[in-house]
Amino acid sequence: MTGAPTDLLSVAGSSRPARRFRSPLPLAILAALAGVVVAALLAESVRVFDRSLHVTGTGLAVSRVAELAVVVAGLAVPYCGIRAVLDARRAGALARQGHLADARVVAEDSRQWGWYVLGLSLTGLTLAFLFGFFGAQDGKVRTVLFNWHYPGGHIADLAGGFWINVKLFMVTEVIVLAWALLVAVVRLIPGRAGAPMRWLAVAYVDIFRGIPALLVLYIVVFGFPLAQVPLLSSLSRERQQFWLAVLALTLTYGAYVAEVYRSGLESIHWSQTAAARSLGLSHPQTLRYVVIPQAVRRIIPPLLNDFIGLQKDTALVSIVGVLDIVNRATILKGQDFNLSYMSGAALAFLAITVPLTRFTDYLVRRDAARMRAGGS
Amino acid sequence: MAAFVEFDGVHKSFGANHVLRGLDLQVAEHDVVCLIGPSGCGKSTLLRCVNGLEPIQAGEIRISSERVSGRGVDVNWLRCNVGIVFQSFNLFPHMTVLRNITLSPRKVLGQSRAVAEDRAMTLLTRIGLADKAREYPDRLSGGQQQRAAIARALAMGPQVLLLDEITSALDPELVAEVLAIVRELAAEGMTMLLATHEMGFAREVASKVCLIDEGKVAEHGPPEQLFADPQNPRTRAFLRSIIAAGRL
Repeated sequence: MTGAPTDLLSVAGSSRPARRFRSPLPLAILAALAGVVVAALLAESVRVFDRSLHVTGTGLAVSRVAELAVVVAGLAVPYCGIRAVLDARRAGALARQGHLADARVVAEDSRQWGWYVLGLSLTGLTLAFLFGFFGAQDGKVRTVLFNWHYPGGHIADLAGGFWINVKLFMVTEVIVLAWALLVAVVRLIPGRAGAPMRWLAVAYVDIFRGIPALLVLYIVVFGFPLAQVPLLSSLSRERQQFWLAVLALTLTYGAYVAEVYRSGLESIHWSQTAAARSLGLSHPQTLRYVVIPQAVRRIIPPLLNDFIGLQKDTALVSIVGVLDIVNRATILKGQDFNLSYMSGAALAFLAITVPLTRFTDYLVRRDAARMRAGGS
Repeated sequence: MAAFVEFDGVHKSFGANHVLRGLDLQVAEHDVVCLIGPSGCGKSTLLRCVNGLEPIQAGEIRISSERVSGRGVDVNWLRCNVGIVFQSFNLFPHMTVLRNITLSPRKVLGQSRAVAEDRAMTLLTRIGLADKAREYPDRLSGGQQQRAAIARALAMGPQVLLLDEITSALDPELVAEVLAIVRELAAEGMTMLLATHEMGFAREVASKVCLIDEGKVAEHGPPEQLFADPQNPRTRAFLRSIIAAGRL
């Protein structure tokens, strides 16, 4: 302040750090060492796996070729590490000769090789774990959990059970779609007279989102016939059980999906309602023609998410005695004392949920792309 | 001339925010009344009270001597007679332009699809959008969207049209195409209330300009008089700030 120059730019410029070169060599050496360790671990776990194999002939040849391929692929990790070290040394040499700009370019190459090491190491370690896991204890995990011979022998029985899961899923889904929309719309009824209905809807959602689906299933499917609730009691025991299970799952998932609907309905800007009402459309007409069609388009991804959850939760009905795939697998497991039946059931679920998940992701991505494009 | 739309001591508040404070105004049939005033003075609120989008707390609004505010008013009927166009267009994005226009005539007035579409196409041809009938709103420019919104309001055959700052959200070069339609409607004798910041347009097309300030009509008169020789100090202050902004 006392007589110093008051030029703002010169003051700001005085504290800039000097341009310098930071050597990537230490990290590169670390990457190379890590690469060697990962490759060694992978090779060792493949050796353990190989020793647990009890196959001969072509089977053994195929296995050996595959194992060799994995071990050779594992060498990619130390390879990248060595490239990182070589580039780091080249960058250091360039820096010492005063070619700072070139040195920084080569140093960046070195770091890029380092990132490859990191990515490949994680993949390699995962593979090493899997080979070790499936090869340990002379391959016990494979024979007890993943012996497809067991579920393969009862494929018709298990498929029949899974058909019940699929039926439960599809019937419940259709009912939930309508029921949840009704709950969401009731929750948005305007005016003082609508208050009791709104409270009912809120209470329903709060209660059934708060109770585990398993308990609802117990209470409805076991409890209702036991308490002689005159509901569906004219049906055969098996069909009554099925429809009570549908009821229980609808109660639980209706609460979730109602909230999804509500978030969708509330996301439609009030100006849309104002425009519709200004044209003389009534409240129900505004919902029917303007708000709900727009809301439904927006909530398709979260809706599918809930349906993936529902598809998986159809497994819970095994607890209350429905002969679904999980129940049948449990019975077979008890007979043969082998859990491969459960793995078979898991595969059946995956066959439906993975495509559904991918489809949901696709819809979310498409939606995001459309938002970026500025559409609505 | 007998008043067609009458505001009689209208009070409107949003909670503690007292927006309209005993506003009186008469609009004759075929009048084009421009509401001007500082932002937040209640221009838009006043328009939204006319078609019952906002309830008023005291006073009365009448159209053709019939009370249209307060209890016992069939708002859906009222809105068939009072069209409104919004600043942000508010077209329905999930419908084509044609369906936007025909939705209400079909569902509220009970017109058949053929009749409604025929009338809609006539309107669209008039405003130069016939080739956009099958497009979705987001494929249209702002000016085209606003013209479509005007057509949507006109399709109900309203007796009064409320225009709520309909050019404020438009790029400058798109304003003219929208104002041309309003000018045409004025020439055909449509009764209109406009909230607007387009002073030049207000001067040209209005039969009456009202300055609204502190929830009341501070001054009203024919545009040549109000813009050239404002009597109220509030009007003078407002016009000064408009000139300072380069808008007049």
